[in-house]
Amino acid sequence: MALSKVWVYAEADGTKPHSATLELLTKARELGDTVEAVLVGGDADALAGPLGEHGATTIYALDPGEALAGVVGAAALTELVATHQPDLILFAQSYDGRDALGRLSAALDRPLVTNGTAVALDGARVSVGTAIFGGNTLVDTTFTGPGPFLAAIRPKSFTAEASGGAAAAIERVDVVDAGRAGQARVLERHVEEREGPQLEEAAVVVSGGRGLGSAEAYEPLVEGLAKLLHGASGASRAIVDAGWVPYAKQVGQTGKVVKPKLYVALGISGATQHLVGMKGSDNILAINKDSEAPIFSVADLGIVGDVHKVVPKLIEAIKAKQ
Amino acid sequence: MNIAVCVKQIPDPAVPGELDPESHTLHRVGKLILDESDSFGVEMALQLADKAGGGDVTLISMAPNNEVSGLRTALAMGAAKAVLVSDPALAGSDALSTAKVLAQAITRAGDVDLVLTATESTDGYTGTVPNQIAQLLGWPSLTFAKHVEVEDGKLTIRRQTEAGYDVVESSLPAVVSVTAGVVEPRYPSFKGIMAAKNKPVDQCTVADLGLSSDDVGWSGARQEITNVAAAPAREAGEKVEDDGSAHERIVAFLEALKVI
Ligand SMILES: Cc1cc2nc3c(=O)[nH]c(=O)nc-3n(C[C@H](O)[C@H](O)[C@H](O)COP(=O)(O)OP(=O)(O)OC[C@H]3O[C@@H](n4cnc5c(N)ncnc54)[C@H](O)[C@@H]3O)c2cc1C
Ligand SMILES: Nc1ncnc2c1ncn2[C@@H]1O[C@H](COP(=O)(O)O)[C@@H](O)[C@H]1O
Repeated sequence: MALSKVWVYAEADGTKPHSATLELLTKARELGDTVEAVLVGGDADALAGPLGEHGATTIYALDPGEALAGVVGAAALTELVATHQPDLILFAQSYDGRDALGRLSAALDRPLVTNGTAVALDGARVSVGTAIFGGNTLVDTTFTGPGPFLAAIRPKSFTAEASGGAAAAIERVDVVDAGRAGQARVLERHVEEREGPQLEEAAVVVSGGRGLGSAEAYEPLVEGLAKLLHGASGASRAIVDAGWVPYAKQVGQTGKVVKPKLYVALGISGATQHLVGMKGSDNILAINKDSEAPIFSVADLGIVGDVHKVVPKLIEAIKAKQ
Repeated sequence: MNIAVCVKQIPDPAVPGELDPESHTLHRVGKLILDESDSFGVEMALQLADKAGGGDVTLISMAPNNEVSGLRTALAMGAAKAVLVSDPALAGSDALSTAKVLAQAITRAGDVDLVLTATESTDGYTGTVPNQIAQLLGWPSLTFAKHVEVEDGKLTIRRQTEAGYDVVESSLPAVVSVTAGVVEPRYPSFKGIMAAKNKPVDQCTVADLGLSSDDVGWSGARQEITNVAAAPAREAGEKVEDDGSAHERIVAFLEALKVI
């Protein structure tokens, strides 16, 4: 038995839907008879096509202007929920998704589950699967009270697949007055530059950790190898916190989840919080000088060695082949 | 400027976690420590109060068994006092119940201009408590801050985004969640540690906060754990000691994967 109505809190950059949104819509099709999206910001006209193709029949769209999307989104959702009564609302585990979800939960007085990696139905009972202890233990949490049930799902938990649906109908929603909570204003937006494929979309990801020894080693070793393999470069939290590379590169529990065809870990110990972000990769190559490093427990090929010796030779050898 | 900092006291994350087989909650043994993520909020609060030329930094914590060891660490850093909510009725509390308790505790703390939290706790990492608190108080929430400034009663932060960061401004009072690494938390001095022993900790229960025990704990959670299973383990593959030729083995591996 499916739920009658499942909503997805959609996110987009202008005309481009976030991949997590398409993943959630794909899953929502399996869970509900009707799938609809609530879109805060983004170009609804351009997004009606892709969101419709992934299962949304209607998009409730609002423009937050300079307000924070999550605050405005939650205020609008509170009213929309009362009118349309969805059974389940799925959010991406993202910055704005978490803002909207947290506020909505308190406004509606409904519990929530975050960090979900699975959603399942048992009749009308909804359960959300999460992975704890660095992904070693899977826990299913089932909602017992009245809906709507609220859950945040980690990106890359489901594979996005188009269903061939028609463009979604657009229903414009006015911004609701969020009172004092709505007073925060975005004054400026800063975009940090990046080149090459995006971390979450790349077929190859090369990440570096504290074992690189210094910030200066990141460019030649990590970016050098990533570029040769047409991949993206990532990082452990240790070197993000140390200021060697920007946060956007962080892979793991508090960073990005990646599932490339090949993940290369250079000088990364393999803490559970890092593993949870990359152990779904098809193949894993690790280079670490400590033969006991936990990263080797997930590596298809583990090289016990010094990154400063192995990687330059590897780069030369690949160049010689090309 | 009076600042409240939410600080969670958690089991030492270096000790491997365990689920209680009966209740499926995190097994808590031994004394709790200050969540390192919250030490950034404490440091930020001390610096902001200092810059504003005064005001109290009050810690807000909900923890079992009147646990104070984590609070003492933050008091030793320089916070003036603490509100600690501890009550058997709180066992099993989810994020929303926790936020209800913390919001009431903040109100109890009196005149507060700013509430600081971490973006997510180390052991629970729901990451929604800050927004839930803000919604319950009816205040703005400026989340994922990697830089915080207060000038002439106006709050400005840099908010982490996927693409870079946004500059966000708001009036006070407000809730701000700060990311790790925003500031360098100070080490408590010996004097600070001694002084912390005599700083006031206002211990209160659910009833003291005017909340009903039905709103919190197991009954407030309105969810149950229905299954716990071990995740399929990933098999370790081949391990090769580098003798100067490991790069050749890697090239063969990459060729087999058709990456090169
Ligand atoms: C709540 C929470 C969330 C977290 N979230 C994340 C997250 O999202 N992502 C994340 O990555 N971490 C996260 N962490 C941190 C995590 O626990 C580890 O501290 C971190 O991943 C360690 O980074 P590292 O492997 O680079 O450094 P280290 O653990 O210091 O490991 C460095 C490794 O390099 C090796 N090495 C040293 N020199 C060389 C050399 N010359 N050649 C080869 N190898 C060498 C060493 O043997 C060692 O194994 C989180 C922690 C907490 C508490
Ligand atoms: N029991 C608690 N006591 C004090 N602060 C808390 C508690 N739980 C959560 N917080 C605060 O809220 C933040 C986010 O927590 P969470 O939503 O559980 O990830 C934490 O980093 C703390 O700053």
